[in-house]
Amino acid sequence: MARNVSTRRKLAVTAVAWTIGILIFFPILWTFLTSFKTEAQAIASPPAFLFFDWTTENYFEVQSRSNYFKHFMNSVVVSFGSTLLGLIIAIPAAWAMAFAPTKRTKDVLMWMLSTKMMPPVGVLVPMYLMFRNSGLLDTRTGLVIVLTLINLPIIIWMLYTYFKEIPGEILEAARMDGASLAKEIIYVLTPMAIPGIASTLLLNIILAWNEAFWTLNLSAAKAAPLTAFIASYSSPEGLFYAKLSAASTMAIAPILILGWFSQKQLVRGLTFGAVK
Amino acid sequence: MATLHTRSAARLMIAPSVLLLLAWMIVPLAMTIYFSLLRYNLLMPGMEEFAGLSNYTYFLTDPAFFQAIFNTLAIVLGVLFITVIGGIALALLLDQPMFGQGIVRILVIAPFLIMPTVAALVWKNMFMNPVSGLFAWLAKLVGLQPFDFLANAPLFSIILIVAWQWLPFATLILLTALQSLDEEQKEAAQMDGAGAWSRFFYLVLPHLSRAITVVILIQTIFLLSVFAEILVTTNGGPGTQSTNLTFLVYAQALLQFDVGGASAGGIIAVILANIVAFFLMRMIGKTLEA
Repeated sequence: MARNVSTRRKLAVTAVAWTIGILIFFPILWTFLTSFKTEAQAIASPPAFLFFDWTTENYFEVQSRSNYFKHFMNSVVVSFGSTLLGLIIAIPAAWAMAFAPTKRTKDVLMWMLSTKMMPPVGVLVPMYLMFRNSGLLDTRTGLVIVLTLINLPIIIWMLYTYFKEIPGEILEAARMDGASLAKEIIYVLTPMAIPGIASTLLLNIILAWNEAFWTLNLSAAKAAPLTAFIASYSSPEGLFYAKLSAASTMAIAPILILGWFSQKQLVRGLTFGAVK
Repeated sequence: MATLHTRSAARLMIAPSVLLLLAWMIVPLAMTIYFSLLRYNLLMPGMEEFAGLSNYTYFLTDPAFFQAIFNTLAIVLGVLFITVIGGIALALLLDQPMFGQGIVRILVIAPFLIMPTVAALVWKNMFMNPVSGLFAWLAKLVGLQPFDFLANAPLFSIILIVAWQWLPFATLILLTALQSLDEEQKEAAQMDGAGAWSRFFYLVLPHLSRAITVVILIQTIFLLSVFAEILVTTNGGPGTQSTNLTFLVYAQALLQFDVGGASAGGIIAVILANIVAFFLMRMIGKTLEA
């Protein structure tokens, strides 16, 4: 039996939850609103909440002054590049561990997870020097390499938990019906694996897009993705709140939308399948 | 699955991942250990010489080091405290029947999807700024002096910003765990006369213990290495008041160009992370088995 909930209680819960939700979301909303103000309005006291002269000039200004689009493309290339490269390396591994497990599979998985526990600062110096000496410093290629490595354990874990759920019997059934290995892979396994791969892809793009240790330390003007570009607003000249807001809004909007569509996968991926 | 079952094929498929991660673990770490034993400054190339453990004694006797250790732990524990308690409360709230639950969920999750540099700069400038921030305006509204958060309470301010980013993570995971709690169990407890509090302590909390452990473990890994938020707000200051271990090593390496000293600091950070990981793994092992 469903619980009998009085409408009054439901209304009270709704009011409290919405208030808290809006408070938590408010900094993002405020950034969005500020991005449409003039710089003078952005620092006005008392602040203008909705009644100001809406303008889109900040967005154009950010582009013309600092070539925003270049940094946006850096973010796209680095996050998609590292994710795709990671998937190419991880899919066979996760596949083998899920379908042909050995006694050591669990240990290998735990060991992979443990590599995530190494603090990045423990290898900052050699990475910086190696990058400098090999000309990878401030290149997209260099960032793709590092982000692939740091996210590889998460990709493998997540794929593993998805592949693990594909029932082995269905393969046997396909084989009984006379399917060849190639057909088995194309018609039976791939369709069942695609949702898992897609979720992994999505989560990893979010993680790579927001990564802010290696991108800040290993990139400068040329290859800086949005994380590093936004960081340059920490030493401002003159009024800059509205421009910071415009740049920020554009930097976070794509990932907010992706993230909202993949809430369930977020939980699963970030807990290495421990909480579903 | 005879073809996949052949051991060598499976090994071949796993090999690239294992080799890459092994290289990623060993090569730079070995180099860090090697550098940590050298007197090596990038400003004085060609002057490298063996220095024994002097980099470590330098680091371990530096007052900034102890401040950094304290700050690192304060950030981890402070953020964990806020996000776990707040996350449980929010998850319980969001689990109740209400109108527009999906939208509230979306609002609450959002901060986790924001890149750290954006989150930190928005809070720093548009909220915590003592002249034009919203907090200053609110303070004046109720007749208080505006408070300069990042100058007077830098560590606390950073904890707040980081907690705002991680609260959604804790909430989301605890909510997911809460929704797997058997509704009939709750009703049975209610029928037996258990009040809201005893239902929470004897039914809900034990059910959540695994998820709470996972939240603590994963957040600790990330919180030990908070970096971007410090870089763009306080730059570790004033003085070293908001410098954590990660930031201290960064400053030693890329601002002082002291490769040897920074490497020693990096190794100390690795050792600390291992100690924490050891206890956490034992803890998570226990709850996962139970």
